[in-house]
Amino acid sequence: MIRVVLPSHLRKHANINGEVTVDLGEAAATQRALLDALESTYPVLRGTIRDHGTQKRRAFLRFFACQRDISHEPPDAPLPAEVISGARPFLIVGAIAGG
Amino acid sequence: MTGVRLLVGTRKGAFILTSDGKRQDWDVSGPHFAGWEIYHVKGSPADPNRIYASQSSGWFGQQIQRSSDGGKTWEAVDNTFAYDGVLGTHQWYDGTPHPWEFKRVWHIEPSLTDPDIVYAGVEDAALFQSKDGGKSWAELSGLRGHGSGPKWQPGAGGMCLHTILLDPKDPKRMFIAISAAGAFRTDDGGMTWRPINQGLKSQYIPDPTAEVGHCVHRLALHPSRPDVLYMQKHWDVMRSNDAGNSWHEVSGNLPTDFGFVIDVHAHEPETIYVVPIKSDAEHFPLDGQLRVWRSRTGGNDWEPLTKGLPQSNCYVNVLRDAMAVDTLDSCGVYFGTTGGQVYGSADAGDSWTTIVRDLPAVLSVEVQTLS
Repeated sequence: MIRVVLPSHLRKHANINGEVTVDLGEAAATQRALLDALESTYPVLRGTIRDHGTQKRRAFLRFFACQRDISHEPPDAPLPAEVISGARPFLIVGAIAGG
Repeated sequence: MTGVRLLVGTRKGAFILTSDGKRQDWDVSGPHFAGWEIYHVKGSPADPNRIYASQSSGWFGQQIQRSSDGGKTWEAVDNTFAYDGVLGTHQWYDGTPHPWEFKRVWHIEPSLTDPDIVYAGVEDAALFQSKDGGKSWAELSGLRGHGSGPKWQPGAGGMCLHTILLDPKDPKRMFIAISAAGAFRTDDGGMTWRPINQGLKSQYIPDPTAEVGHCVHRLALHPSRPDVLYMQKHWDVMRSNDAGNSWHEVSGNLPTDFGFVIDVHAHEPETIYVVPIKSDAEHFPLDGQLRVWRSRTGGNDWEPLTKGLPQSNCYVNVLRDAMAVDTLDSCGVYFGTTGGQVYGSADAGDSWTTIVRDLPAVLSVEVQTLS
């Protein structure tokens, strides 16, 4: 099971408390598979993390894991082993804005 | 027991303000969708319990929320706004062609007769329709594709379709407005469209009388007389007596004819309201005095309405969707400001009270008259 931490706006939007866990089953553990599974479980998240049309990550969101920014990893690249094992969460983070 | 329900969209959530027919004491609920930009909230004229809200965020994109119990509970419905067919281009700020890109829903207009039919005006400018209560959306692409689309260009706030007026006497006719393209009309339910900008003069475009390119800020009509249209343009308050075929200026004695909102009294088709703003460079009231101006003659002759409104040191703006009227016997008029105030008048504008003072910047105000 992969652990996912969503930003507070999306947790509230999807009526989620705390972390969510995502089971990818037999699918390869990639960013794309993870987000597909997440959106399948929580359809209201469609379009909030990835653009509906292009499926690209929305500009002001980042993906962090294992103290690394993996936002620019190819969507079909394997997730870090510690994320796949559940030892570390996959973080979806909203960019800081304001001043 | 009659009453009113104000639906207020702000930069940081939606608020619902309710009162009885006296409109003296108000209950405030919210923020709904706290932290999200709520560009517009509007109820169905056919079923007041059905309310739609446009919820958006620079981080998380567009959502459409729907309530079937008057705003007590909400459900997210479809948020896919896919342009129909070949995208094509419009003009970018520098005059170069730019592909259409969806950014947000500015305005939601429920059908006058069916609570499941609803229209959405979006940025980049296009018109969408849902026939299933927001569960799916399809573009009425005859508007964007009618021919002048490649000449449209964004205003400073983006290229948004911000006004949708449905003709209560002709279900096939509707009017829309786009900044900065102008006003358009369909007479066949949205299949085909024509620009209706003859008579507009805009000195900020190369050809001031061009067919498109005008920064129309808002249109309004009275349901008993939908061929008469009123317009607050970037500069100029305009009137058409022939469903937009031609326009003439009715700014008259207004101290400045720049502004965003315009609305019509619920029972007097010749009584209209605007909130003059100093200029396109200074988006606040003239001399720090917040004044609604009312014309009882369909324009040209205007009177300032000041009782209960701040008459010094007021430097807020009133955005295009932030004025509404109720249909009680003594017409109520409401507007919200970028300073977070919502003002109301239960006597057609003669006097005003502050309904709520410290909301986030108000983007839109709609009112439902409840029986």
